[in-house]
Formats: sequence, structure tokens, C-alpha cells
Amino acid sequence: MSVVDPVNGRQVAALDVERIRRDFPILRREVHGKPLVYLDNGASAQRPEVVIEAEADCYRRYYANIHRGVHALSQESTSAFEAVRGKVKELLNAPSEREIVFTRGTTESINLVAQSHVRPMLKPGDEILITAMEHHSNIVPWQLLCDATGAKLVVVPFSDAGELSLEDVASRITARTRFISVMHVSNALGTINPVLEIVRLAREHGLTILLDGAQAAPHMPVDVQALDCDFYVFSAHKLYGPTGVGVLFGKYELLQAMPPWQGGGDMIRSVSFERTEFAEPPARFEAGTPNIAGVIGMGAAIDYFRALDPAAVFAHESALLRYAESELETVPGLRIIGNAAAKAGILSFVMEDAHPHDIGTILDADGVAIRAGHHCAQPVMQRYGVPATARASFAAYNTMAEVDALVASLHKVCDLFGR
Amino acid sequence: MSGGTSLYQAVILDHNRQPRNFRPLPAAASQAVAHNPLCGDTVEIGVVVRDGEVSEISFQGESCAVATASASLLTETLQGRGVPAALSLCDQYVAALAGTADPPELPDALRPLLTVRRFPGREQCAALPVQAIRAALRRFSGAD
Ligand SMILES: Cc1ncc(COP(=O)(O)O)c(C=O)c1O
Repeated sequence: MSVVDPVNGRQVAALDVERIRRDFPILRREVHGKPLVYLDNGASAQRPEVVIEAEADCYRRYYANIHRGVHALSQESTSAFEAVRGKVKELLNAPSEREIVFTRGTTESINLVAQSHVRPMLKPGDEILITAMEHHSNIVPWQLLCDATGAKLVVVPFSDAGELSLEDVASRITARTRFISVMHVSNALGTINPVLEIVRLAREHGLTILLDGAQAAPHMPVDVQALDCDFYVFSAHKLYGPTGVGVLFGKYELLQAMPPWQGGGDMIRSVSFERTEFAEPPARFEAGTPNIAGVIGMGAAIDYFRALDPAAVFAHESALLRYAESELETVPGLRIIGNAAAKAGILSFVMEDAHPHDIGTILDADGVAIRAGHHCAQPVMQRYGVPATARASFAAYNTMAEVDALVASLHKVCDLFGR
Repeated sequence: MSGGTSLYQAVILDHNRQPRNFRPLPAAASQAVAHNPLCGDTVEIGVVVRDGEVSEISFQGESCAVATASASLLTETLQGRGVPAALSLCDQYVAALAGTADPPELPDALRPLLTVRRFPGREQCAALPVQAIRAALRRFSGAD
């Protein structure tokens, strides 16, 4: 069977979801006596057996510290760890493995770029451009930087539907703008932003730009060469991989011009008390012993995700989203927050008579796991005048039947809280 | 009732739907706000103390059913109590919510909320109004 990829209209193979579900041990468990319906993938996805096994296998068979041993285990660990750079390069279609820096996650990747790339070029009065829909991790690092340097944070607003307009972005680029940082897909609204066009604007103004791919890389094909972005960041734990591991892609000439961000072992060429010579990227930005087995687990997660075919995952999650959006219309008093024309599999909503927390508790009793809160995007909540939303977010292993379970449980919320 | 719905007993639903003492805070009241950073909920409390007693207490804000019912029931319970008694009732309530104590003197009116102990993450919703009440009362407690 095949389906049409909603992005470019080409045919992609439909996912064999029942087979995929068997790959994820946790999906066999029950919650409060009901089968688990896991719809909190935006916060973190679950892991397939191959990822759990890859990490365990490293510890069982060949674990040692990397980059520093002449013994067999250290060599094996080092090559398994370094091989993951190639997998990330393939995933993002990056030109070179040398452009892949391993970090603790999206948050650390953004902070690294803020401190090492942006900070050195800031003078008082300079501007950093972000949008009003960013995750806190793409707001606070810039605020800290502004506080330290006297630079100013400029925020591009978005529409009621949850969309950015290119005119709004363009009109906020000034002679003082030094850097742009924008999310590829919104975790609170599901909006897929026009990042290709935003990068083009950056190019026209000679600016460098970071794309926060935390909610994009796990759900669709990403091509950093086609995007032409300078930096692209994501976290493994949202891509079926381990926690505490993530990626910074950066164009090599930019990485090479950047000072280290933390000092320590593994990031130097030679150290004396007079002078330390730093290693070339990516090692320059990987001070200290990293999460070795975690990176190896991320490699297995990327293999798994690529074998599914990111375009097929996107088509499947889009179908789930469309079905869920039409089914949610049957729930009285429910309002979807975020109605962009281009949306990933994220569904934020509020209900007239029930607070998101109360919705979450009632759904949990039916085994349905969703997120209730501000999703680390308080400015987005303020924009819509709500303290929080309920959010269902999809992954490759979710089914239409799970959407039905969500909707049935939401009807219970109505029965209990409706007036 | 079973599962998640058991948290939402009739009393809690009733106090959520028609919260008691939910009205603009009088200008003369000592006011305080509590904020749950996890969900963005806020509860604002206003207390008027006359002759050492809570003569008027009301609340406002935007919060979930648990926090709203908790604020509603607490304001009813605290009405007319002396300041030290009101503060100690707050302490008992918080300890009971945390499950570290089950004070026999805790008023029955507040007991339905103790069900939150069985629901992950919800104890702090019930405790949210207490933060604001304590802060609003503190200025009368003589401690500072
Ligand atoms: C859009 C976006 N950016 C950044 C982050 C932060 O990711 P992490 O906590 O893995 O660093 C998240 C995670 O929720 C996110 O959704």
C-alpha cells in the first residue's frame, strides 16, 4: 500500500503500524487496567527494542571511554560512537560528519550557538530575532545573552491561526540584527514554519540563522543543504532515542571560527599553562566524557527512523492529525489552538468547562497519556489568553483506534464537566 | 465512580462550577497571588482581617477544577477564624495533601480534596491556593 506524501505529492509506502508497535516494548503495558495510548510524543517519544538493545549491548560487550585508549574496548567504543556522526549526517543530509556536534540536547545546542557563535559578535543595541512561538529553550538563552551584552531581543508575532508571515519577519530585520533563531515546527501549535523562506531572508541580509528542529527532525525529512540553514538542532529523545543526547549541525566554516564553549578534556590539541590549542570541530565543542552509550543509542534510533522512511512517518502522522481534528469537532466546547495550513502531528486544544489538567487526569484513567500545561511556551499561551492547553502529539506507532480512544475519553470529560 | 473520575466527586465539581467567594478582591483586602509555573494557573486571594479574625476572604484567577474547588472550600472554611488558627489550618491541610499526616482536626469540608494524593501531579493543584492565603495572612500574623 502507498500513500501520498502531503509535502511534495510523491508516493510513499504506508507504514505497517502493527509491526512498528511490536518494536516498542512499552506499548504492551497497561495503565490503570487499560491499554496504554501514548499521545505525549511531543514531550518525548518511546524507544524501540533496537535502541534499548544498542545501549545495553554497548555496556554488555564493548564499553570503555572513547578517544583515549589503545586497548580494544576503547577502540570499539570510539568507532561505534564516531559512526553515529555519519548517521546524523545522512539523516540531515549534512555535507560532512565534521559538522555534527554531539550535545545533551536541543537546549544545550542552542546555548552553545548563543555563547560561541553569537555572543562574540554582539555590541550594545544589536538585535537578535526570534518569534513569539518559540519554546523557552529558544527564548531564555537569548535573553541571558542580551542581559550580558546590552543587545535586544526582537520578537516576530504570529497570527490567530498560529502562522508567521514572511513580511512580519522581513520587517523586523534591521541594520542592527545579528542573528535569527526560529523553530522549524512549533511544539505548542504544530505549525510548520516557512523556514526555507526565512533562511532566504537571512541570506539576503547576510545574517546567520539557527533552526530549532526538536519537533521536526523526528517527524519529517530534513535536508540542511536544501534549507541552507547555518545551524540545525534536535534532541534524540523525541526521535525514539535516549535522553541526554542531542545534535548541533553547524556549517563547518562557522564552527571553525567559533571559540570553545566549555573547557576540558577531549577538546584540546595541546595544553600548557602558557597556551592551550583547541581541537578542530566537532571535538572542540565536546569537552569531557560524553554520553557514550546514549550517542550509540541515538545512532540506532536514527537507523530505525530512516528505515521507516521519514516521509512515510510524516504522511502517517498527517493522516492521524486530519482524522483527530475532524473527530474532535464532535466534542462539545472543544477548541483547537493552532490552525495553521501546514501542521505536523501536534494537536493543542482547550475545552470550555474543563481545565487542561483536569482533562489530563481523566484521560489518564483511561490509559490515554497527553500533555497538559504551557508546553514551555508561555508567550504562546498568553497570545491565546489561556493558561495552558491539552496536547495530543503523534508518532509513527499511533493508530486511528488510539484517536478514537482519545475522543471517547474527551466525551467523558464533557459528561463530567459540561454544564 | 472509578479511575480518574473518582477525583471529581460531586463536591469538587460543584465548587468548580460555582466557586464560593469567587469575586473581585476588595481594595481594602490584603492580597496575594500564587502561581503554578508548571501549568500557568494563578489563584489570587484577598483577606480582610477585623479584630484578629478573617472577616472577609475571596479569590479570583484562572485554575483547574482541583485548585478552584480547593480555594472555594478553603475560603469557606477560613471565614471567621482567627489568624493563627487560619494559618495552622493551612499547615494541616498541606501536610494532609502531602500524605505526611492526617490531622484529625482537619475540617471535614476539606477532606474530599485529599483524594488528590492518588493522582500524579495533582497535589500541588490543591495546595496552590494555600500559598496565596498564607502570604495574604502573614502580614497579620505578627511574625513579620
Ligand atoms: C520546539 C522545541 N525546542 C526545544 C525543546 C527542548 O528540547 P530538550 O528539552 O530536549 O533540550 C523542545 C522540547 O520540548 C521543543 O519542543
